[in-house]
Amino acid sequence: MDDHLLVIFPHPDDEAFGVSGTIAQHTKKGLPVTYICLTLGQMGRNMGNPPFATRESLPLIRQKELKDACDAVGIQDLRQFGLRDKTVEFEDEKFLADQFLAVIEEVKPTRLITFYPGYSVHPDHEATARAVVRAVGSMPEMDRPELLCVAFAKNSEEDLGAPHVVTDISDVFEEKMNCIKAHRSQTQWLVESVDKDPAMLAWVKNERFWRYPL
Amino acid sequence: MQLIQTNEVQETLDQLIGKELYLHLETTNGAYANHNNESVLTVNAYIRNGKVTPLSGKIMGNGPYRVGLKIELGWIYAEGLTHWEIDSEGRLLMAGHDAEGRLAVALQLSSSPFDV
Repeated sequence: MDDHLLVIFPHPDDEAFGVSGTIAQHTKKGLPVTYICLTLGQMGRNMGNPPFATRESLPLIRQKELKDACDAVGIQDLRQFGLRDKTVEFEDEKFLADQFLAVIEEVKPTRLITFYPGYSVHPDHEATARAVVRAVGSMPEMDRPELLCVAFAKNSEEDLGAPHVVTDISDVFEEKMNCIKAHRSQTQWLVESVDKDPAMLAWVKNERFWRYPL
Repeated sequence: MQLIQTNEVQETLDQLIGKELYLHLETTNGAYANHNNESVLTVNAYIRNGKVTPLSGKIMGNGPYRVGLKIELGWIYAEGLTHWEIDSEGRLLMAGHDAEGRLAVALQLSSSPFDV
């Protein structure tokens, strides 16, 4: 069986900061990655000064950025669910979980990466995480993928302890930065701070995950 | 988008009076407002594809600008508008951007529904 990695996030660029190095390491080994991206981040705020985007053109720009970001880290299977930014928590959770389950049963991932419920700040992140936990939790224990979660709420380490998995992604740093840069409408500030701030550089070079207790 | 020229926006508003239109009205300080600064309340609201027929409309102020549109049973109002355009689909897009280029308010009117 292929060692398949499934990544589930609500916004284009959610994969970039915390997970794209892990993704690039996986695809470099010739192993498959499936990325489910729920929305187009239609309600993003960064329009540029002077503005390069409008509320109406932003989703078209972010669609292209998402494709480029996937290319940068070798993702060949991108599944877009066509939801709207900020509305994920108002969708029916079971319906969403069932959609995730259908993909899980299809690609049979050994690892699944999403946000950590309760520790991912944005309501879309939280809703995505809850639905993923619901989907995985409904599976027979022996069939479940390993569930690795990204947490970045301020109290994450305090409550959850140190991350269970810390991956040094230095070997794919260039691919990761290209993924981050591909989302240029959203990430210009981050790219600049990685260049200037050693702490930020260290943050980008290490990806942190917590196993979710099911 | 360009910086608002009030006379041009006013002429565009005048042409929309009495027409049945779709409204996008939004204000946001970002989903991470409170995460970035605990003294700030995260406040975001939008309505997309409200159906409205403006009875009158004006742009006011010296910049950033305010737009108020009277409708049959009430008002549509936005403050902080800095930029505008008529996009390739003929829609009137107005927005207020802060110094970092982040959208803080948007008021948009279209004769056909906005994409959802």
